[in-house]
Amino acid sequence: MLDKLARARWAVLASALVCVVPAGAVAGASERMLANGLKIIVKEDHRSPVVVSMVWYRAGSMDEVSGTTGVAHVLEHMMFKGTQKVPRGEFSRIIARAGGRDNAFTSRDHTAYHQQLHKSKLALAFELEADRMVNLQFSEEEFAREMKVIMEERRMRTDDDPHAQLSELMMATVYAGHPYRTPVIGWMNDLENMRLADARDWYKTWYAPNNATLVVCGDVEAEEVFRLAENFFGPIPAHVLPQRKRQVEPPQRGVKRINLKAPAEQPYLLMAYQVPVLRDVDNDWEPYALSVLGGVLDGSPAARLPKELVKSSRTANSAGSSYDSTNRGPGLFFLDGVPAEGRSAAEVETALRDQIRRLVQEGISADELRRVKAQVIAAQVFSQDSVFYQAMRIGALDTVGLPHDSADRQLKKLQEVSATQVRDVARKYLVDDNLTVAVLDPQRPATGAPEGGKRP
Amino acid sequence: MTYRSRAPARLLLISALAYAIAAQATLPVQQWQTASGARVLFVETHELPMLDVAVDFPAGISRDTREKSGLAALTLRMLQLGAEGLDEDQIAERIADVGADIGGRFDMDRAGYGLRTLSSARERDEAVAVLLRILQRPTFPQAIFEREKERVLAALKESDTKPETIADREFKRLLYAGHPYALRGSGEIDTVARLTRDDLVGFYLRHFSAGEAVVSIIGDLGREQARALAEQLTSGMKVAAPLPVLPPIPRLPKEQTSRIAHEATQAHILIGQPGIKRLDPDYFPLWVGNYVLGGGGFSSRLNDEIRQKRGFAYSAYSYFNPLALQGPFQIGLQTKKDQAEEALAVARDTLAKFVTDGPTQQEFEAAKQNIVGGFPLRIDSNRKIVEYLSVIGFYRLPPSYLEDFPAKIEAVTLAEVKDAWRRRIDPARMVTVVVGSSAKP
Repeated sequence: MLDKLARARWAVLASALVCVVPAGAVAGASERMLANGLKIIVKEDHRSPVVVSMVWYRAGSMDEVSGTTGVAHVLEHMMFKGTQKVPRGEFSRIIARAGGRDNAFTSRDHTAYHQQLHKSKLALAFELEADRMVNLQFSEEEFAREMKVIMEERRMRTDDDPHAQLSELMMATVYAGHPYRTPVIGWMNDLENMRLADARDWYKTWYAPNNATLVVCGDVEAEEVFRLAENFFGPIPAHVLPQRKRQVEPPQRGVKRINLKAPAEQPYLLMAYQVPVLRDVDNDWEPYALSVLGGVLDGSPAARLPKELVKSSRTANSAGSSYDSTNRGPGLFFLDGVPAEGRSAAEVETALRDQIRRLVQEGISADELRRVKAQVIAAQVFSQDSVFYQAMRIGALDTVGLPHDSADRQLKKLQEVSATQVRDVARKYLVDDNLTVAVLDPQRPATGAPEGGKRP
Repeated sequence: MTYRSRAPARLLLISALAYAIAAQATLPVQQWQTASGARVLFVETHELPMLDVAVDFPAGISRDTREKSGLAALTLRMLQLGAEGLDEDQIAERIADVGADIGGRFDMDRAGYGLRTLSSARERDEAVAVLLRILQRPTFPQAIFEREKERVLAALKESDTKPETIADREFKRLLYAGHPYALRGSGEIDTVARLTRDDLVGFYLRHFSAGEAVVSIIGDLGREQARALAEQLTSGMKVAAPLPVLPPIPRLPKEQTSRIAHEATQAHILIGQPGIKRLDPDYFPLWVGNYVLGGGGFSSRLNDEIRQKRGFAYSAYSYFNPLALQGPFQIGLQTKKDQAEEALAVARDTLAKFVTDGPTQQEFEAAKQNIVGGFPLRIDSNRKIVEYLSVIGFYRLPPSYLEDFPAKIEAVTLAEVKDAWRRRIDPARMVTVVVGSSAKP
């Protein structure tokens, strides 16, 4: 399961980009559509004799309905429970014997299954993946056991992690109507009441070639991959997908505030502004300006938030921002911080708001803008190093409906962002009416704290 | 044991066809010493216009002491926060201005810095110049030292409330009683609070010397350029006396189990022993065996018993962390409190049975197939390769280590695996830690 609240530094900005080298050092990706609607995207990279194969289904937690939250992720787990031809656990064992690794993840926007293998084993991945696209078996016994695993996963990822709890609560508060309000892993109560039929219905509804994209990246020939894909996936019939209703979050009209009491030592502040995401690579400009803004605030240790809040004013022990422009649903611009000793979450909020005020009033310097652009270009090159990452980016862009081969154009658009545009998006979107503030109110644990820590 | 299901013939056919391709992926590693005595490992590859450099020293946790625990990590952290003629902002800005990334690398044995930069001359030269300065001429500004100390202390306070931290500390304490390997990298609240700037300067001068440095380079650079780069990075480094040999790992006296209460919903369970050294004669048999026990992801016995059969945990694993000395052999899982004792019993039984009987022939073959067949995936990016270069250089593995790896695995026999596990892992003498236990301590 992949929660999208990750706050990697340049990964955030680089995530607005695909993985095609600007200078054309590596060939671009090729695309083909099978008669049954399966889209295939192949990116050749001949540096190493390996291949990554991924099947992306355009079904994530945002497609769920109330009462069965988490079912997209539940089905992801069930996909390893076997078919008539390939018994439980055998999928991974076959891939492993071929020297491969396999796994899967679910997000708000999609569910994806992937294998990494020596290039000669690609057919094996296709055969297994095509098989479970249609032939999955559902046993009550397996389902019951897997639900226990998933509840352990939820305890591990969320229930025992105060910052994750706060993020979950944040999403549930920001969105009144949009399905981004529910956690990918699902509410515990829904997991407890999940039925096998819920997972089966999900599978029958969304798992079809015409709702999937096959992404292959590595030391392969595109034409050969298309032939192989036709061979294994071609015979699977398409089926009618439910009509997707456009879900628009009602406008926010004022700041929202929440508090969460959880076992922790230090307070933590998380702020989220509702902002746009990228829909039109060539005509949008705001998402690019927001990406640059993110870089100015938190793109490197030289950026404003670490420099001003952590180093200079000593308001915070850590402070950052993140923005992901690639979503099926609406976007958020996050700011966060852990107060320094003797400082409060309220002081960190004030300091973060001061930074926004400064942006709006003074804009950004030419040096800052140049620095962010230099980082964007370098990040683009660095992202080529990982074949897996390249496939991830292609899949993520395609699933949200953006052209997977728009890297050069996106890079160009980012290079065109002006200091004025950065100030304009700050002025327009980083305002109270778009804001939700979440504060972790630490409850000192009653047990378990070991010796050595005298509190002031 | 549990692996009885067989793949349908059609599937077997495909996998049989392609198996034994093994890895002919060769990696021409060039190796030499600089005039100042640093070891250099270099792989030349021009496919991407970028360069990765890592410079590592024997300055990890193993060089800390109980009294000054946390010194090694804080010293490393401070290097990039001030160097001759550059304050922390200038260092950060100069690196960011050329789009480079620079960051500390720290583990039980090693400490150093890694740099990733574009290989074009302007960007590369600027990034290398900054790296050189922070490695050779750090200034340890007093005010910044105090600030970073505060930040470390705050992070320690937070971390000490977490069940995973509590479990890990207790585990290492029992595993390595009194040895530096028992220490936590970030230190303890009382020891960090006592550290002084002089401690850091002393530690730096003692450990960051050219003779101990390992320089790993991969990327878009010719051999002569790489040679010049390595000289440049190390020629101005201090020369220090050789470091003392690390004290041996004490033998575990007996089985020990520690149960600690915690309010989290899950219990954290760790089981283990001191494991193996990097240059251990049993390295390969133990490695192959561990794949079957708990290293092979979905397919391993621990995962099968704990997760697949009983739904006790999201994951259950085992691993060896081979180090200069016997790094930990560790089994781990997290499970709902009220079933912690049951899960613990299953993990222990699984281990005991594995040590007694070893893998089945089928499991053994599958493990070798995965490790050998998956070898190309271990070296499919510059980032992964630079880490291997560092390991080879630091632990003085043969330069052909990567090339030989598949053959070494192929050569392992089932009898060797069984024998190595019986000799090296004693289920009757394990350290067990349960944090969040519902049982009586």
